Amino acid sequence: MTTKTLAELNVALDAEGFLVNPDDWTPEIAEALAREEGIDLTDRHWEVINFVRKYYEEHGEPPTLRAITKRSGVPTKELYQLFPKGPAKKVARIAGLGKPKGCI
Amino acid sequence: MSEDRKLAIIVSKGTLDMAYPGLVLANAARMLGIEVKLFFTFWGMDVINEKTVDHLKVAPVGNPAMHMPQLAGVLPGATDLATTMMKKQMEKLDFPPVREFLEMVHDAGAEIYACQMAADMMGLTKEDLVPQVDDIVGAMEFLEMAEGAQILFI
Repeated sequence: MTTKTLAELNVALDAEGFLVNPDDWTPEIAEALAREEGIDLTDRHWEVINFVRKYYEEHGEPPTLRAITKRSGVPTKELYQLFPKGPAKKVARIAGLGKPKGCI
Repeated sequence: MSEDRKLAIIVSKGTLDMAYPGLVLANAARMLGIEVKLFFTFWGMDVINEKTVDHLKVAPVGNPAMHMPQLAGVLPGATDLATTMMKKQMEKLDFPPVREFLEMVHDAGAEIYACQMAADMMGLTKEDLVPQVDDIVGAMEFLEMAEGAQILFI
């Protein structure tokens, strides 16, 4: 696996920019990754990120986008506005999880 | 992935098992940030018709994937049984029913179009279709809108 590091925080990323180890994740890393994506994190972003992190801790895998929109209180339309141009990868990446595999 | 990748999906079938592939692909594309336009034509109109959208069925006859003798498919109740089974499977996988799926892909930014000719043929106007339908357009207009897109025919 090709890895690089998020310079300012010294954390390993895989070739596609996802955290190599989800347990390395910190809120500061989320802020840095979001900046790379051109996103300023607001409270609504954090509701999504916190939901995703909690889901991952409970289930050992990331939630599908459908699970996020059904249960985090952030509906589909808003999720696509918060994380424009491909929310699936952006949400997973900023929340420090791997590339999502679910197809819903 | 290129920033401006586009997908145009033509849905021409109106059975439950042929409605899902287009919707799943449309949704997956939007999740990746790919621009999506769906075009419903011929029997695909049933998928966006208010009267039929909640009653799509799986047809066991002529469907080799059913893994049962073709004759069994014509027995009374075979279609309902196959339909119920598929709906249960979809629910287990957390795939929403078709009406909700249309709302979801539309909220996700997919554009939904109905075919003018099919609408004329079936005597349907925009009022007869689910509210997510953005417009009724002709085939030429759709192809113009889909310029540069990868096209899928289902």
